[in-house]
Parts: sequence; structure tokens; C-alpha cells
Amino acid sequence: MSLATGYNDQTGAETAVEAGQETTPTTSSTGAAFGLFSADFKKNEDLKEMLESNKESLKLEAMKRIVGLISKGKNSSELFPAVVKNVASKNIELKKLVYVYLVRYAEEQQDLALLSISTFQRALKDPNQFIRASALRVLSSIRVPIIVPIMMLAIKEAATDMSPYVRKTSAHAIQKLYSLDPDQKEQLIEVIEKLLKDKSTLVAGSVVVAFEDVCPDRIDLIHKNYRKLCNLLVDVEEWGQVVIISMLTRYARTQFTSPWKEDAVFDENNEKTFYDSDSEEKKGQNEAKPYMMDPDHRLLLRNTKPLLQSRNTAVVMSVAQLYWHLAPKHEVSVVTKSLVRLLRSHREVQYIVLQNIATMSIQRKGMFEPFMKSFYVRSTDPTHIKTLKLEILTNLANEANISTILREFQTYVKSQDKAFAAATIQAIGRCATNISEVTDTCLNGLVLLLSNRDESVVAESVVVIKKLLQTQPTQHSEIIKHMAKLFDNITVPMARASILWLMGEYCDRVPKIAPDVLRKMAKSFTAEEDIVKLQTVNLAAKLYLTNSKQTKLLTQYILNLGRYDQNYDIRDRTRFIRQLIVPSEKSGALNKYARRILLAPKPAPVLESAFKDRDRFQLGTLSHSLNVKASGYHELSDWPAVAPDPSVRNVEVIEPVKEWAPSLGKAKQSKSDDKFYSDDEEKEEEGSDSSSSEDGSSSSDSSSSSSKDSDSGSEEESSEESEETSSGSGGSSSGSEKSSSESESEQRQKKKTKKMPQRKRKPAASDSDSDENGNVDQASSSASESSPESESESDSDSPAPPKKKEANAQPKMAVKSKKEVSLLDLDDFTPATTNAPQPSLVSSSLLSDLEGLSLSNVSSAVQVTSPSFGPVKTYELLHHMTGKGLSAKYHFPRQPCLYQPTMVSVQVILTNSSDHVLEEIHIGERSPASLNLHCFNTIERLEPGASVTVSMGVDFSDSTQAANFQLCTKEDQFSVSIQPAVGELLMPFSMSEADFSKEQRNLQGMNETSATVAMATANTPRQAVSKQVLSVANVGVVSSSQDSMLRFSGRTVSSKALVLVSLDLKEPPAVLLTINTDKTVMASMLLRDLKRALAQA
Amino acid sequence: MINSLFLINHSGDIFLEKHWKSVISRSVCDYFFEAKEKAIEPENVPPVLQTPHHYLISIYRDKIFFLSAIQTEVPPLFVIEFLHRVGDTFLDYFGECSETVIKDNVVIVYELLEEMLDNGFPLATESNVLKEMIKPPNILRSVVNTLTGGSHVGDTLPTGQLSNVPWRRAGVKYTNNEAYFDVIEEIDAILDKSGTTVFAEIQGVIEACVRLTGMPDLTLSFMNPRLLDDVSFHPCVRFKRWESERVLSFIPPDGNFTLMTYQVSSQNLVAIPVYVKQNISFLEAGSCGRLDITIGPKQTMGKTVEGLMVTVHMPKAVLSVNLTATQGTHTYDLATKTLVWDIGKLNPQKLPNLRGSLSMQTGVPKPEENPSLNIDLKIQQLAISGLKVSRLDMYGEKYKPFKGVKYLTKAGKFQVRT
Repeated sequence: MSLATGYNDQTGAETAVEAGQETTPTTSSTGAAFGLFSADFKKNEDLKEMLESNKESLKLEAMKRIVGLISKGKNSSELFPAVVKNVASKNIELKKLVYVYLVRYAEEQQDLALLSISTFQRALKDPNQFIRASALRVLSSIRVPIIVPIMMLAIKEAATDMSPYVRKTSAHAIQKLYSLDPDQKEQLIEVIEKLLKDKSTLVAGSVVVAFEDVCPDRIDLIHKNYRKLCNLLVDVEEWGQVVIISMLTRYARTQFTSPWKEDAVFDENNEKTFYDSDSEEKKGQNEAKPYMMDPDHRLLLRNTKPLLQSRNTAVVMSVAQLYWHLAPKHEVSVVTKSLVRLLRSHREVQYIVLQNIATMSIQRKGMFEPFMKSFYVRSTDPTHIKTLKLEILTNLANEANISTILREFQTYVKSQDKAFAAATIQAIGRCATNISEVTDTCLNGLVLLLSNRDESVVAESVVVIKKLLQTQPTQHSEIIKHMAKLFDNITVPMARASILWLMGEYCDRVPKIAPDVLRKMAKSFTAEEDIVKLQTVNLAAKLYLTNSKQTKLLTQYILNLGRYDQNYDIRDRTRFIRQLIVPSEKSGALNKYARRILLAPKPAPVLESAFKDRDRFQLGTLSHSLNVKASGYHELSDWPAVAPDPSVRNVEVIEPVKEWAPSLGKAKQSKSDDKFYSDDEEKEEEGSDSSSSEDGSSSSDSSSSSSKDSDSGSEEESSEESEETSSGSGGSSSGSEKSSSESESEQRQKKKTKKMPQRKRKPAASDSDSDENGNVDQASSSASESSPESESESDSDSPAPPKKKEANAQPKMAVKSKKEVSLLDLDDFTPATTNAPQPSLVSSSLLSDLEGLSLSNVSSAVQVTSPSFGPVKTYELLHHMTGKGLSAKYHFPRQPCLYQPTMVSVQVILTNSSDHVLEEIHIGERSPASLNLHCFNTIERLEPGASVTVSMGVDFSDSTQAANFQLCTKEDQFSVSIQPAVGELLMPFSMSEADFSKEQRNLQGMNETSATVAMATANTPRQAVSKQVLSVANVGVVSSSQDSMLRFSGRTVSSKALVLVSLDLKEPPAVLLTINTDKTVMASMLLRDLKRALAQA
Repeated sequence: MINSLFLINHSGDIFLEKHWKSVISRSVCDYFFEAKEKAIEPENVPPVLQTPHHYLISIYRDKIFFLSAIQTEVPPLFVIEFLHRVGDTFLDYFGECSETVIKDNVVIVYELLEEMLDNGFPLATESNVLKEMIKPPNILRSVVNTLTGGSHVGDTLPTGQLSNVPWRRAGVKYTNNEAYFDVIEEIDAILDKSGTTVFAEIQGVIEACVRLTGMPDLTLSFMNPRLLDDVSFHPCVRFKRWESERVLSFIPPDGNFTLMTYQVSSQNLVAIPVYVKQNISFLEAGSCGRLDITIGPKQTMGKTVEGLMVTVHMPKAVLSVNLTATQGTHTYDLATKTLVWDIGKLNPQKLPNLRGSLSMQTGVPKPEENPSLNIDLKIQQLAISGLKVSRLDMYGEKYKPFKGVKYLTKAGKFQVRT
């Protein structure tokens, strides 16, 4: 009850009736109130009865009324025993209301509150996560010290709960427990540490709040989670984002070096730089300046930037302050627009944002100058917003825009809001002192204002003019005279005081007027305000010194008045002045210096922004807003001179954020790329041109062995293929040239982002730049293989040490996959006709390259009628040199895949060419990880010399993008890729001629691609032609009634899109080749392949 | 974070209090009342106040002060944004946010506040998550509840709370699937005495009303996305797609929501739809003044200007007005000194005019400044910036939704200085 009485005292607004209801008879006074109280007492009685009844609805009704009482701040704690009984109620609403009551009153009724604990403990084990969470919520909200151990236990348990929602609740409970019993800190920190590792976006925000609350100084807990938090940030709920961003701001200020120094040392640290900005632009900046930003620092900036578009103003503000405190100077301006946008929000939001802009605009005018007009004042703005806008406009004023601003100010001076008008005058004064060009104009304008009818405007003008005159008093005696004339009409003390001071200070300039003013003051001295009296005394003293003849008596009169003034300040001043100026026998040494003391030249006041010193606080904080250090404010530390070890943030799991690997890391890797490629390169040369180079000793072995395998027919084929290679790469010049030049490391890094699609498709062997690296020892080439390969595929960081343990590699890929998905998505969204031809060219040249390598085309009996016909071209998957003895070849059997209809079946022949047994051959991680791959079963053991054929299924999704995966043995992993020719992505589809024509009509216009090909020999039989077509593409022959027409039909494996091929052989050797399909990219690729094949027919 | 919340009405009564941590006595509000007293106008109360032991952050909306007491450092915008979210939720639940409606629904309000904050940190602020936990009141349900003793509290955990799309609940079903988008643009402008534009910008907002079954994935694209300069999105919009392709791709929340707000780039000249000829003068000698306002169409893109309204905050000295309008009605509120001229549709053939005399208080010097005119107007079926939605596609669901886009131009803070 004491509480309730307290309220009565404090809230006068409470009606008497309400007051009566709560006060005990002893404190309440009137009989009427007493009566009401007893009625109320009865009312609570009947609430109690209702609670104790058996009817749910009555209980609920009672609880609702009780909640009503609580919400009005009325005491209902005497109902506690009756309420707490219902804590185990089945009715959810009733239960919730009981919870509300419990949380409110448990602190006051600790013993009774304990009755409810067992219910919560039981609920903590409930299979329903919702119930577990709410039980923990209420349990932790009951501020009863006795249950601390129970809470601790519950929190620990909940922190490892399956449900992220429960874990989130446990993070909240940590703070509650901490505020209840700070001694639990150590244990709670352990829980926080555990929860910080949580990967759920739901938990991240809450645990950081707990961290900030319990152990903000344990920055070491953040290290390992820093990158994770940065990456999760976008997906965290908005309130969590605010907290995480402000925590990370603090973190970054302790861990990174300042980006503001222009000549920082170039940081060559490989560890740090392996991921950095993705864009060329940023790279350019880094190159231009020797300062190298820590990649983690960059990561933070990059990941927070999108949040500037948040609808939550608090998030936008926190990103803005992060950029302000952490970003290099030239990047801070990205936040400007978003901050200006916030000005359209609620009035209160405007207020805070304007305060922050005011602070920012002092240091960085340029940031907001283009948006100057957004700060123009509207007559409907509240005063505090107006003054803030004025402040900002003043800060933004410079020589160029001052005339615009002053014109705007002229409007404001006339405002009906006098406080604002006065603030405008001060602002004009500030502009006048800051920009010397306009000082005179401003001064004239202010003098005009002196004739204003509004007193406060005049007064403010006087004060400002006084300050301005101090800066250049010489030319302005006219103004002083004018002000002296006004003196009688001005009543505002500050203004009167200012004029008096001006008179005294420049009394030599107005020798006639000043004594007269003093005379008037002597008359009215007693009626003046203190501040005016003080200045009168000052004026008198100064005049006495300069013009004692006229003013001696006046001065003495005033000093006498001052001596008996009520205000001790004035008495003191008077005494001091008297001793100073009036020579007497007692007066000390000071007397001689009186003139020098009183009439010393005084420095002009500097007119400064009120926000000048606010930058000591972190922007966006409460402390900044109040300009006072708020409790719990964490000081933003200065940048460290030397960055602490950045490797503390390294985690076993490497994050996928980074797009390319700069500096050292890159150089090394691209070098190894070369080595790797060189191997294949040699082979290619070997294969395609047998007379050429014998330089690569090891590889020549391999290729010769492979050529031994092939029969004579394939020999022929191989030369053909090699021709193709040259023609293909020649014809597609731009594409292949680019791809080869790209492999030169530097260019590649630059182009990487742009060329991602084709780079991904770019096969290892297509490079032709690595002649000098011929003799590379086997170990290094194989070792380097995995890393460059994965790099080129996924375009992600992979600074992975080449021989990574699989345990590590696995999760890495998993994370990487996320990124891959997005890349793929993009590809899907934009069928990118511009990009597509290039990769296809590259891929075809690769195809021919590969064919050159391992030529074993068995182009046997072409069964025209058979729908699935197999001209088995075998391609190298893994060379035994790179595979440490394991070699793999693959071909497309052109059978429908058993595993999934959308997959293309691939047969892989694995051969052990080494002298030892290979074990556990299986497929490792794949890239893109979304790649749908049906793996073959692990081959436990492969004897030396033995070979085994396995089949697998690959879903290429109708693109010629290579399927990259790792072929693993027990000891090693080799990155390999299967690059399908476009023809292999089709399945034969039988249809009648009529159907064919019908479908063809449907697929005209842009879905039709055609070309005329000149065949090698004029009278080629139809069989040979169709054989060529079938060798290129896996299509079915459609019976044709016309002799001169050949028709083939197929469907793409993945999306089942029709592909119709028709050849018109009317005028041999010219063949009109037409392809109808809505997969236009495939059509053009297929067309090219067919043209090439037919040219040889 | 947020310790306590007090709701205070216009006249300074605390009619609701809620504490999330230990109870803070309501005497803390006295500091606020002091500041309120000083500020005179409720809009002028500073949003952030300091008291010896607490910090008070308040917002004022719908004639209610939402006052929060906090004890430690917290970004003030965080609290302000949250308080507005509370106000929005009330609006969403009860159709209005007023003292009476809050008092009538105090139990629901309390339950909502309980769910929205845990230990002072926002827990669930998404309207659809809240609505699953606590059903908004409607007449039918309250009747049924009183009969059956049922409740408005959901008994399952909202699916949105746990999913990656917290703004949408699972299992939405409609018989009519429809998606409507309103492109609403506001012109903020300051015109000076002579009619030249001192400052003008266009801000737009796309309000959506989406009632679609299942988990649809929508893509909205514009004919001229380049117009959009600065944008902010509902969390559902995929920012990456926007950055790369300038299309809005999103899984929409169920029901009404604000999809995005934008600002039209400042390079584009802003078309001002009306011009205003005005002459307001206060005579030095007599105790009267003259007023003459005419409004005409300027750049209306061939559309009709509707809902035209002029509001003038007169100086305090103006006692009454004696005016005649050629079109529409005018009222003068003596208490607030506000003259409102409701014109309606603007007829280009016959321009509306308001003229007459103002009677002034005698003995008071004539006002320095003429009052500025606040113009309100509407133009249907026009986005003044020229922004056009080109298409809306839906993925992920089989049915064909009914789609519609509406355009509307309004005057925002449109002021004519005189």
C-alpha cells in the first residue's frame, strides 16, 4: 500500500476517486474516499472470489480486470495468493495474464512467488518450444534472488536447446539474471560465449545485447565470431542489427588501424589480404593509396552498406555512424542520402537525425552541401527542429552558397516564432564572422533589423552586432551611435548591457554620446537588471579613465549606488572598480595599471556551433543527443597505432565472402595455376601435333601411352580434331584469346568479377600460356592442383592450403555453396545472350583440346534408326600424372540416366597406373555445390594396373557449364571437371513427320537458327550426313518423306525443351541447316558444332 | 534497453503504464510534465530528456505521448522507432490509436506489449507474427468469446517467428487471389512570394495490398527505374536483385504493407501542379487586413486536380475573417487561428478565388510576416514523377492472381510563402 500512496503524492492528475481507492484509511482523509475505498476493498474481494471459482470464464474475467488495475498503476498485490494458484491453468490466455501479474508482483511477494516455480520448471521440459520459451521468459523475469541457481540452470539448458527461439529467450534471460545477481557474471559469460557461436540469425541480435550488457569489455569473445556476425547481419532482425552494428563499431575501433591516414604503410600481409573488396573500383583505391585496409574491416563496411536502405530509421542511423567512425573519409558520403531520407520520417526521428547531421556537418561540409535545400525550414516545423535546421544551414554556409542562405535567413527573421527569429539572427552573425566577404552585408542587414518592431529581434541583433563590431570596430562608429539612439527603446537586459559595453569599449569613438548615456543610466540605475548594472559600472569606470572631466561625478554617484546594491556581485564589482580607478592614499600598485586593465584590447569572440564539442561522443547515441555522458556509455576508443593480430579472427571454417585473392596470395596461386595448366598444355600439344615438343618429359609419356590405346581410326580423328582446335580457337578469336590472356594472373584478377560466367566454364586445359614451366615436378603440380582449380571454379577465396584436410574442406564448401547459388540464380534470371556465346566457344575449344589429348573415338556403326546411339568419344578426366597414378576418363554413353531423368549419364573409367594400391576412390565435394550429381559408390580398392568403369549422373541443367567435383582417394583429392558438349545434353525424342512440322512451325522466329554449310564432298550420302549429325548430338532421326530433307528431333535432358534439327540437302554441297528450339543459346552452340562436323562430311 | 512505458494523454494523465524490468515509479514523469509545460505546444516537447536517474524518450502522436523511461545508454532512434512501431500496432489492431480505444482494449494492449518487448529488447514487432499470437478484436469474436469463454490468444507459436520470412505466415489461403499496388507520390515544395520554386522534391511510396495463397514470390519491375534515387524497402525485398537488375523481388507479407519508399532523383525538375496568386496585407492604420487568393492549374499532365485545400495559420492578431469564396467552403477556427479553405475539384475554366477582409485586434502592431499557405491536393491516376510499373510476375504458385496498380499524386509539405 505504501507504493500506492506514493503514487498519490506524485500524480496530482489522479482524480480524487482514484486516490481514495488506493489509500489506506490512515492516510486518506475524507469520509467519501473512505467509503469508496471500502467499496473497492469489496471489489477486490469479489475478484478473489472469482479467481477461486471453478469457472474458467470467471477467472479470466477477474484476471482481465486485474490487468486493468496493473495498467493503471494501481496496487493489487493482495490478490497474489489467489492469482498464483492459476499459474498451471490450461487456458492459455488465463495463463498469460497470470504471467503478467507474476512478473509485476513477484518481487514484492517473494515467498508466494516460489509456489509457481515448479510449474515453470516442468514447462521448461515441455516438448513444445513455445512453452519452453515462455516458461523461461517468465521464470527469468521473476526477480526473486532465491531462484538464481534455478535460473542459471535453466539458462544453461536453454542455451543448448534445439530451437533457436528458445536459445534467443535464454540470451534475454542472461541479462535478467545478471541484473538480479551480478555475481553470476563468470558463468554467464560462458553461456554468452557459447551463444555467440550460434549460427542462427534469430539468436545473434539477442546474444550481442547480452554481451553488451554483461561483458562489453570481453572483446576477445568477438574475434572468432566477427566474420560470422558480419555475414549474418543482413538477415538478422532489425533491432538486432542496431545492436550488432554498434558493437562492431566499437570492436573495429580497437582492432583495425585508422583508414584516415593518407600515408599508412602498405600492408602486404597475406593472411589479411586474402579476401578483400570485390570490386575493381575498390581495388583501384587500394592501389592508389599505400594504406591497405584490413579485409575484415572492409568486410564490415561492405556488409553494412545495404542496410542503409532499411525501413528502420535506427538501423540506417547506426550504419551511418559506423561509416562515420570507421570508413575512409572519401567513403563516408554514401550515408548522406539515407540520412537526408530519414528527415521525412516522424518529428522525433528528424530531431535525432538533425542533431547528428549537425555534428557531422561541422567536420564535413561537403557531405551535406548538395542537400542544403532539404534543411530549409518550414513554418510548420516545431521550434527545436527549426533551430537544428538553422544550425546545419549555418554550418554548410560557404562563399559559394552564402547568398542563397542569407536570402533564406531573411525569410526566417520575419518568422512569427520569435525564438526562432532570434536564433536566425545569431546564425547570421556566425555566417558573418566565418565568411569575411559577407561581413559587411550581414552587419548592414542586422542594423536594419534594429528598427524592427519586435523587441526580442532587436535585442538579439544588438547582441550579435556587438560581437561583430568587436572583430572590426574601426569603421563602425556610426552603428554605435545608432545603437545609442535606440538605447531608450530597448528593454531587454542583455541588449542594454551589450550596448553599454560597446559604449564603454569604444568610448573614444563616441566621446559625446557616451557620457550622456551614462547620465541616463545613473538616473535609472536602481531599476535595472543586474547584468545592466554591472555594465553600467564598467562604462562608468572606463569613462572615468578616458574622460574624467565630464564623468567624475557621475561615476562616483554610480559607484555609490552600486555599493549599497542588493546583489553582492554588484557590490563586489563596485568595490573593486573603486579601488582600481579612484586614486587614494591607500590604493595599491594596481591603480597605475587601471587603464591597461580596463581598456586592454580584447580578443573578438569566436562564434561557434553549439555542436562543436559533440563529436566526442559516438554518433547516434543517447549521450550524443544529450551532450552528456549517459550511464552505460562505452567510450569509442581511438584507432590503435598498430593493428592487433588479425589472425585471431581466423576460424577453421573460412567464410565465403571474399571474391578474389589479392597480392601475395594471388601471385602464388596463379603461379601454381600455370604449373597446373602447363601440364595439360603439354599434353595438348603432344596430342594434337605429334611432331612438336618433346620438352615435357613426363607428360609426353602419358600422351603417347594414351595414343597407343587409340586405334587407327581415332588417329585420323585426332588430327581432324586438332584442326578443329585451331579453327575453333581462331574463329572464336575473341573468346579464346580472352580466356588465354585471362590466365595471366594479374589481368585475371581484374577481370575476374566481370568474367565470372565464362571463367567458370573455362576449362583447365584451354590455357596456352605456360610453355616455360615445362618441367615441373609431379608433386608440386598435383599439390597445387586442388587449390587453383577450386579457385577458378568457385571464384571464392580458397586461400586454402593446398593439402587441406577433408574435415576442414567440407564445411568450407558448404558455406561456399551459398554464394554459388546466388551466382547461379543470377545466371538463371538473365539468360544473358551476351555472355553465352563466349563460354560456348571456349568450351568447344576445350572439347577439341580434350579430344586431342585422348583420342579414342570409336565411330563405329551408326544405326540411323536407333534413338540412343553412341559414338563414344572419351575425354580425359584426370591424367595419371596429376592424379598420382590415378587416371580417369569419361564418355557419354547416351543412355537415359537411371538415377534421375534430368541427369545426363556419364561413364567414368578409372585406372590405377601407379605401382601401389589405391583405396577408397570416391567423389568429394562439388562445385557449384548445388550441382546435382549422382556419385558412384566408393571403390574400396583398385589394384595397380587395374581399371574399373563406373557410371554416374550429372544434372547439367541444360548448360555447358562444367561440372566440377573432386575425385578423392584415401590420401588425395583431385579436382576434376566434366565439360559436356552441347549435343550430349539432348535426348532423342521420337515424333512423326507431321508432328515435327507442326512443332517446327511453333518454334519459328527468334527460336529458329539456321546456316548454310558447304560439305566437303558433293555427293555425300545421306547416311554419312546423318552419321555426322548423330555423332555431334544425341538426337533421334525423324522419318522423312522427302529425300532431300533430313530431320532429327531431341529434347534437352533437364528442361525437356524440344530441339528440332533439319537439313536441307537440295543443292549439294550446300546444306541448309536449321535448328528450332526455344533454347536459343543451345541452338547457336549446336549449330556451330554441326557446321564443323558437316564441313568434314 | 527500454525499462518502462507510460502512455499520457493530452491533458497530462498517465492512463497506462507497463514495466519490463523493475517497476519505475510514475513520479519520473514529472520531469516530463515540466518540460511539457515549458514547451507550450505538445509538438515542441524535446523527444529526449534527462532526469537524475533515468532518461526519458518520448514521442507524440495521435494526441498521446508515448513516454519511455530508460536507464542506460541506448540509441535514441532505437527507442523512438520502437515507440512508433507500438503506435502503428495499435492502429493496426484497433483501427485507431486513441486513449479511449486503448483503455477499452487494455488487456490486448497489455498482452501486445508483453510480446513486443522482452526485458526491454524488441521481440516481435512484425504485425503478422503478433496477429497470430494475439488475435485482433472484432465484434463477432468478442461475442463468441463471451459465450464460450474462448480467448483471443493464439495457442501456437507463429510460424513466422521462426522462419526466414518472419513477415509471412505459412498456410495462407484465399479464394480470390489478388495483389494491388498503390504508387503514391507526394510533392514537397516551398514556393516563394513570386511563385518561383525555392525547393521541391518528390517522394513516393508503394503501398501494397497482397492477398495471395501459399508462398508466392513476386517480381515487380518498372519502366523507368532510373528515376528512383534513394530507396528504402520492406525487409522482404531482395536488395541484391534491386542492385543488379533494378527490379523488386520479394515474398510479400500477407495483407497491407509498405513495399518501398523512394525519392525521385533531384536532377529531374519537379512539376508543380498548381500556381497560387495571393495577396495578403495588413493595413498599418486600421485594424483590418485584406486577403485575396486565386489558384490555377500549372503542370497537371492533363489530369484533374482534386481535393484542393488551402490552410493558413493566421497571426495571433487576426480576430475574425470576412471572406467570400467563388468555390468551396471556408472556415476560420478562432482558437487555433487557422483558416481552412476547402475547394474540392479545380476547374481550369473558372479559377477558384477567395477574397475579403480580416479584422484585427486593435492596438497590436501589425504582424511582420504574412502567413504562409499550406496547399493540399490530389491527382488521381498520375505519378507526377512519371514512374510507371511495367509488370508484376509471380513465381512459386500455380494460380493466376488478379493484379492492379493505382497511381496517386498528393501534395506533401507544400508551402507557399507570402
